[in-house]
Amino acid sequence: MKEEWPGECGLVLNEPLIFERGARGRKGYSLPSLDVERVSPKKVWPEKWIRKDLDGFPEMSEVEVVRHFTHLSQWNYGVDSGFYPLGSCTMKYNPKVNEEVARLPGFVAAHPYRPEEISQGALGLMSDLERFLAEISGLDRVTLQPSAGAQGELTGMLMIRAYLADRGNPRGKVLVPDTAHGTNPASSALCGYQVVQVKSNERGVLSPQAVEEKMDEEVAALMVTNPNTLGLFEENICQLVEIVHQKGGLVYCDGANLNALLGLAKIGEMGVDVLHFNLHKTFSTPHGGGGPGAGPVGVKAHLADYLPVPAIVRDGERLRLDYDRPKSIGQVRSFYGNFAVLVRAYAYILSLGAEGLKRASLVALLNANYIRAGLKDRYYLPYDVPCMHECVFSDRLQNKYGVTALDIAKRLMDYGFHPPTIYFPLVVHGALMIEPTESEAKETLDQFIEAMVQIAREAETEPGLVREAPHKTKVSRLDEVLANRKPKLRWKP
Amino acid sequence: MRYIPNAQDDWEAMLRAIGFEQLEDLATVLPESLRLKKPLDLPLPLSEMELVEHLRLLSEQGTGGKRMVSFLGAGAYDHFIPAVVDHVLRRPEFYTAYTPYQPEISQGTLQAIFEFQTLICQLTGMEVANASMYDGASAVAEAVLMAQRIKGRKRCLLSRAVHPEYRRVTSTYTHPLDMRLSEIPFTGEGITDLEVLKRVLNEDTSAVVIQQPNFFGCLEDLEEVTRIAHARNALIIVAVAEPLSLALLQPPGHLGADIVVGEGQSFGNALNFGGPYVGFFASRENFLRSMPGRLVGETVDQKGRRGFVLAISTREQHIRREKATSNICTNQALCALAVLVYLSTMGKQGLRELAEINLSKCEYAKMRLAEITRLRFSAPTFNEFVITVEGDLQGILRKLLHEGLIAGLALGRFYPEMKKEVLVCVTEKHSREEVDRLAEVLGKICGRQGERGMAR
Repeated sequence: MKEEWPGECGLVLNEPLIFERGARGRKGYSLPSLDVERVSPKKVWPEKWIRKDLDGFPEMSEVEVVRHFTHLSQWNYGVDSGFYPLGSCTMKYNPKVNEEVARLPGFVAAHPYRPEEISQGALGLMSDLERFLAEISGLDRVTLQPSAGAQGELTGMLMIRAYLADRGNPRGKVLVPDTAHGTNPASSALCGYQVVQVKSNERGVLSPQAVEEKMDEEVAALMVTNPNTLGLFEENICQLVEIVHQKGGLVYCDGANLNALLGLAKIGEMGVDVLHFNLHKTFSTPHGGGGPGAGPVGVKAHLADYLPVPAIVRDGERLRLDYDRPKSIGQVRSFYGNFAVLVRAYAYILSLGAEGLKRASLVALLNANYIRAGLKDRYYLPYDVPCMHECVFSDRLQNKYGVTALDIAKRLMDYGFHPPTIYFPLVVHGALMIEPTESEAKETLDQFIEAMVQIAREAETEPGLVREAPHKTKVSRLDEVLANRKPKLRWKP
Repeated sequence: MRYIPNAQDDWEAMLRAIGFEQLEDLATVLPESLRLKKPLDLPLPLSEMELVEHLRLLSEQGTGGKRMVSFLGAGAYDHFIPAVVDHVLRRPEFYTAYTPYQPEISQGTLQAIFEFQTLICQLTGMEVANASMYDGASAVAEAVLMAQRIKGRKRCLLSRAVHPEYRRVTSTYTHPLDMRLSEIPFTGEGITDLEVLKRVLNEDTSAVVIQQPNFFGCLEDLEEVTRIAHARNALIIVAVAEPLSLALLQPPGHLGADIVVGEGQSFGNALNFGGPYVGFFASRENFLRSMPGRLVGETVDQKGRRGFVLAISTREQHIRREKATSNICTNQALCALAVLVYLSTMGKQGLRELAEINLSKCEYAKMRLAEITRLRFSAPTFNEFVITVEGDLQGILRKLLHEGLIAGLALGRFYPEMKKEVLVCVTEKHSREEVDRLAEVLGKICGRQGERGMAR
């Protein structure tokens, strides 16, 4: 391997489990001195309710704690480490100032039940963010409550169910395309719906005929992701909406891929009734190694009564939390949402403005198409048309050398890149789903393309090298079969 | 455009490579009729300096940046967070990573989750714990759904002394699934009425949900509740909103609990106006395959070295789709990391000492406030308790607020029969002077003064 690749080896430090560190009597804490009489639990509780000790808890000094977690962090790869083209996840840069404003003392210390009169700033921020998201999506009302995309889906589907129930029949089925994220069918099932899969056509999108065939008066909704997980715009969206609406159903849009559309088109203008946003994708809030995210939901006016409580409403000059909404689906979580995540998204929108958001989407499209063009001679491209924010290849050309998408993904790590999403969407066998986002410079994309081309070459000439990859990481491929057959999910004292 | 590296020169070269002329032309992949003709109606962009100032003003609006002395708890607890927690959270390798789908370059997150799972097990006395849920409320709802999957029964009983928002969320989650939720009242002592529980528990009940300490801060007799539930072959779900209590209380798992869920915010996560917080979810090993959410397991790499991966994921939505045990995907990983760093720092001794400080301060506050108001309940408590305040409660709370004091949560919003009651929480962050001040100001407003207040 040449030396200019991002991937190089450095000193990797070993680190045991935290339970294997420290020693009896060590302390990492300091507590304020007690300024009232000490009350032992024995004095006020029945003795048999009292625990003897915290068996298995660490005993460490502060420096040991810091070293432990610093070492752990060094085994991780994040957006700040390098290129992270994980398809469908929109791993864009997480601006640093957003981390600062989310930690402003006035926000951090705000108790959710404190009086509304001293929470006007926080409520105002939320109310403005609702308005921004409504404007960006072309929908009428927004709730910020859902904690993540999947909870947004649940919220949206519950609203659809309540709306239809009010009109006499909640119906029993939901149409979900074969390109959908797994959360779509799972959220529908959680609402008691039977999931009916709709096949996408040879162009990778839903055809009006396919939806028409499955659409009847028992179908509550069509759940569609637009652009879809192949990175293609559902070009028949308006017709699909019409077909569903004609039979009295509603259309739900999964907004996971909204980064393709900012300032370019509005989901609401396509006739969609409900949309969820992933603030941790489109609006730059960090993923945190799996969360927290935020999954606000936007709806058209006819669904506004069903939004979760509390709603933020304006009474003259004052904002307040309104719980008295008889048609509401209720609450999907405690309090009002992942507020500190909302602050970051709000800061992002204010930093970019209308022009910046549109630029972000256009450059995301540019970067994805640049990669598509750069790799299409070396990797199989099942849908050879200009894409939106991501492009999906497959491992078909490498299969004949015994190299799979998994192998390619692992080999990319040696070159210093995070792999793309693999084996998804399910409609593409051996899929490699690449989403570069707008955050990458041209030379990074060039380097990535070159690495992918080189791996394609290696697959032909040295397939073993690819199949055995990664070679430079702290651990090599891990035995997942063992982890599932003999689950060891915790350390034991 | 400081977050977008590619500038005009870059575009031009790239556009040529893909056969487009202008950046704007890329929008032509969208049907003409759907393309926006005018810019989004959003505020003009702010510079970093303007943004910080704007948000600082918002954050201080209403308080003028002045710290209020607040005795609010009720599911969100104001504990001191050691500096080390945020320093670890700010490691970009942690906070800018995605879900650890590629284990070879995600060992940091994976080992941390494994350690988190372990500490939740140790704390609750359970055998397995997952990588986190959204919050305490949705964790309770998911536990109720899991119990129904295990038992195949449609009815679930929840104590009315479970956090009202946890009950509301459970109701939202179970509503479309044709499940029946019934509530068990509480006694004059402030704990779940076990006589009623015995009467209404039947063969159709999948689970009983109880909170420990309960919403009123009172301690339930978990052993007895468990005995009653198990006698009817129902599962017992224990919800914990203030997990610091577990440093002193017998772990629910040792008392027979089947599922222990709760809110981990108390451990290293700030109040943040209600989120993000972090739900935890623990159960028995034999229920493992019915559990919602991610699990991290230990395994070995090709050279036999220890490593960690996402495990038992055939329960999850990305594989099982509509047959998954839950729809959860993104969870609260970074908040779970905060819990882990916090618990590691406090350690075996520190957490117990901290819990004793909370208990002691709370007992002191109870004593002081009992001199001027009435304690509503008699059951033992941890760091919260309910007082009954005579007079115009809203007016009194407003007057206190003008003195910079938030006395606690007026319970009338959740319990119509408790219009005079206030839930008061005291943690290590409250000094004796602050408690005295609350007692004195409240005493003055109510026209009564405690003995100590008079003595001064």
